[in-house]
Amino acid sequence: MQRVPLVDYLVLDDEPHLVAAECTGCGARYFDRRSACASCGELDFRSADVPTEGELTTFTIVQFAAEGVEVPFVAGVVDCGGTSVKGNVVNTPPDPEHVTLGMRVRLTTVPVGTDAAGTEAVGYGFEPVP
Amino acid sequence: MAENVWILGISMTRFGKHRDKDTLDLGSEAAIGAMRDAGVGIGDIGVLAAGNLIGGNGFGQLLQKQIGQTGIPVYNVANACATGATALRVVVMAIKSGEVDTGMAVGVEKLSGAGLLTGNARREEGGHWVRDGRYGAVAPLDGRIGTETMPGVFAQIGMEYAHRYGGADFELFARISEKNHAHSTLNPMAAYQKRLTLDEIMNDVMIAYPNTRPMCSANCDGAAAAVLVSETKLRTLSLEQQRRAVKISASVLTSDPWTDGCQVLPDINTLTRRAAATAYEQAGVGPGDLDLVELHDCFATAELVHYDNLGLCEPGGAVDFFRSGAPWRDGSTPVNVSGGLQSKGHPVSATGIANVWEVATHLRGEAGDRQIEGARVGLAHVIGLGSACGVHVLEKAAA
Repeated sequence: MQRVPLVDYLVLDDEPHLVAAECTGCGARYFDRRSACASCGELDFRSADVPTEGELTTFTIVQFAAEGVEVPFVAGVVDCGGTSVKGNVVNTPPDPEHVTLGMRVRLTTVPVGTDAAGTEAVGYGFEPVP
Repeated sequence: MAENVWILGISMTRFGKHRDKDTLDLGSEAAIGAMRDAGVGIGDIGVLAAGNLIGGNGFGQLLQKQIGQTGIPVYNVANACATGATALRVVVMAIKSGEVDTGMAVGVEKLSGAGLLTGNARREEGGHWVRDGRYGAVAPLDGRIGTETMPGVFAQIGMEYAHRYGGADFELFARISEKNHAHSTLNPMAAYQKRLTLDEIMNDVMIAYPNTRPMCSANCDGAAAAVLVSETKLRTLSLEQQRRAVKISASVLTSDPWTDGCQVLPDINTLTRRAAATAYEQAGVGPGDLDLVELHDCFATAELVHYDNLGLCEPGGAVDFFRSGAPWRDGSTPVNVSGGLQSKGHPVSATGIANVWEVATHLRGEAGDRQIEGARVGLAHVIGLGSACGVHVLEKAAA
């Protein structure tokens, strides 16, 4: 089956990982398309693989969201070897007993859905490291 | 040396549900109230800065049709939750530049029943995946990669502080909300004036852990307006006007400078710290001189980080600062004696002028039951996500 990543910065190969646009001037990293570096103004970027494991530096358990968004879910930020990554914490119950500040988590893929052509969209999340 | 700028008159409507009043009614009420409080008429106003986010374009000109079309320049401003403070700042700049000696800032919002702000309802999906936007996303990201809801974003901001410094948990955040709801019982202008127990707050509906419903700012209707004058102009006015005038000792607006983390979670700390440092320098006062502070408690989790950002405590010391009782109205640095946005309400564009009204009213000694006795110096702070931070330091007129 054809697969597409949910976002451009998710690479779906044998070892799924995230790739950042890294400023060639100062090393600042971005996940969205930038015209210039917001830190130093440099115009050139190179691709940089982001470590797939890291520490959960903050989170919230969302119980109320816009219509159509499934709740509850855990939204958080993961420090992946010095790069801050936004993502959901998955594969664990969404409660403060199972999700804690500073916990070790690793990247995993999450199915998003299949379109009319049978192409599957794949997203990512972070799951606890056992 | 630029002119000092003073608040000559200031007014706010009650915050809450105003079913029978539209945006222009509320804006007119605040603007006319501010001019009456100042003892001036529309003909005296040389510049108008007008803030309104929800009502559409050209709010300032529409407001002029209600309060007087005198041909003066109008600046329609939009800066998220800092819109009111930005309008105030525009008038301050106009007076400091010497172009005008008198100006008015107005902020209004009709938000009752608006529900959750931001985070977009998902459309029916199907068809074919198409890459869209600067992430090349094939589907909406809210809920799939983090949250875009305000309660969720600000929950993470508080939890980030908890992770960095320790000591903050669900109960501590709820206790901050308990303080503000207790303060609100003395404020007849607040949308909600109900004292809530810690249990009631913690057991209310969870919106985004650790923020339950009463720990979130209340969507409501309201408006606020201020008439500002140059010091030179003030000295030509009556002694009574001079006595009630409040000095704007510092007026600062910042945006967020680049920080690594702010690329994925808004950093509301760095720009607030910079605004506070600049404001203290401009005013020649320090945090220890403040008799009261109105800060942007859009969520209980946000209030904690701003104790630190505004320098009310040692770096990393916000939890101890709160536990000491300092920010209660009988503490050493009363914070949000109005009840804060959690109970007073948060009609977005009005907020940055209404918190200045609160501080000014105490400095004038006109705050009634909730008066902070002998208040001489106060600070008003707002944050608009994206971000914009407004800080104003106000001082009582010398007797």
